[in-house]
Amino acid sequence: MAMAALRREGRRFATPLLSSPIRSSLISHSQEQAPNGVRSISTQVVRNRMKSVKNIQKITKAMKMVAASKLRAIQTRAENSRGLWQPFTALLGDSPSVNVKKSVIVTVSSDKGLCGGINSTSVKISRILHKLSSGPEKETKYVILGEKAKAQLIRDSKDDISLSITELQKNPLNYSQVSVLADDILKNVEFDALRIVFNKFHSVVQFMPTVSTVLSPEIVEREAEAGGKLGELDSYEIEGAETKGEVLQNLAEFQFSCILFNGVLENACSEQGARMSAMDSSSRNAGDMLDRLTLTYNRTRQASITTELIEIISGASALEG
Amino acid sequence: MFRRATTLLRRPLMGATSRRFSTDLPAAAVEDSSFVEAWKKVSPNVDPPKTPLAYMKPRPATPSSLPSKLTVNFVLPYASELSAKEVDMVIVPATTGQMGVLPGHVATIAELKPGVLSVHEGNDVTKYFVSSGFAFIHANSVADIIAVEAVPVDRIDANLVQKGLQDFTQKLNSATTDLEKAEAQIGVDVHSALNSALTG
Repeated sequence: MAMAALRREGRRFATPLLSSPIRSSLISHSQEQAPNGVRSISTQVVRNRMKSVKNIQKITKAMKMVAASKLRAIQTRAENSRGLWQPFTALLGDSPSVNVKKSVIVTVSSDKGLCGGINSTSVKISRILHKLSSGPEKETKYVILGEKAKAQLIRDSKDDISLSITELQKNPLNYSQVSVLADDILKNVEFDALRIVFNKFHSVVQFMPTVSTVLSPEIVEREAEAGGKLGELDSYEIEGAETKGEVLQNLAEFQFSCILFNGVLENACSEQGARMSAMDSSSRNAGDMLDRLTLTYNRTRQASITTELIEIISGASALEG
Repeated sequence: MFRRATTLLRRPLMGATSRRFSTDLPAAAVEDSSFVEAWKKVSPNVDPPKTPLAYMKPRPATPSSLPSKLTVNFVLPYASELSAKEVDMVIVPATTGQMGVLPGHVATIAELKPGVLSVHEGNDVTKYFVSSGFAFIHANSVADIIAVEAVPVDRIDANLVQKGLQDFTQKLNSATTDLEKAEAQIGVDVHSALNSALTG
């Protein structure tokens, strides 16, 4: 009975112009939602909507699963790489406020979207850093890793981008790959200070925008002579190559590759975490939407059945009377 | 008014547990104050980003008396092999020669070459073969060793080392360009270091 009513309902939707305006005004409550001249809203539309929402929910659930399994793999690697930068920070300290002429901002982002706000966070931080470190006689450039930050930064600071590298995560990240990348960056840009912007993984739902600073060997020497945070460096005996500058050069390059390696891993880890939570909340949203749509659908169906019944009964009673 | 008093009282206790899901605890907030100030001036609405110092455990100060043990951090890109381990002595393969590090060693920065890193702890000696890297010895008897690759010496296959050595020697002889020659030379150096690590 219900199915028959539905089928009729569908047919009526196909010929909305046939229903008379006088009749439709009688059923005012379903009139509110329906387009002009239609007695009640079609269940067909709602059914299609429900189907698409269900499909979206399936997709987001699958994406969440994928992100969760990728996260587990990359999280251990990111955590294991955390020891790598600490000796450098212990030795050279960290001086984000250093005043240099040529700064290069290395923005680490992801290639794929649908991962919450991590890419816009790193872009926002990079923009402010750019503003912070630019001034008269100062030059600040961007080096961009990842498609998403490139898309955002190319809009307003196209001239400041000196290098952009994408498809970093096609293969699982390893140190040799990242050090080749670091070498590429070092060869192609001139810098006094490199500022690496990435999102450090804290937990699945939390990531910390972080800035690591790598100084060029000349600046390290200048700062060490000036005292301050790097003043202790002069007390170290340097063994290895002939000159101190050579060792510092090697040290700075090695430091950059190590910090970049950790940064890229942390960012990839935050990306998966953010994607997981974003996909979790969107599947939950899809579920809520589905509930609401089901309610509307059932209500409409019931309303149309009631209308049919009233019509039949009133028709029968008119014949009788 | 006092309805929230219990929650307020409980909060300091909760602080320790609510962090359970995070993977490493940030140490006491260490900020570069001039950086934070400059940041606030440019963008008052956005929180300044963290700097690596915020995640570092503060290192101990230089003690006045000579400590009996050396604290070693030995890290690789994919693992922390030793983390703040107290040992008696380490011998690192610096480019200038093997360098023994005891507690109270003078502060040094040394580049490493392929060779054997040995960690002496009482009567136990752990030997690693490291490819390259850096060693920082701080004045507070803390040694940081960073290597690109390291394996325990007992896991090296002697036959493969011999074979690799032969291969690279052959390559060195037949190399024509400078790049090929340099690559083969590196291979020969690493394999002969491996060989001497196994035999010596």
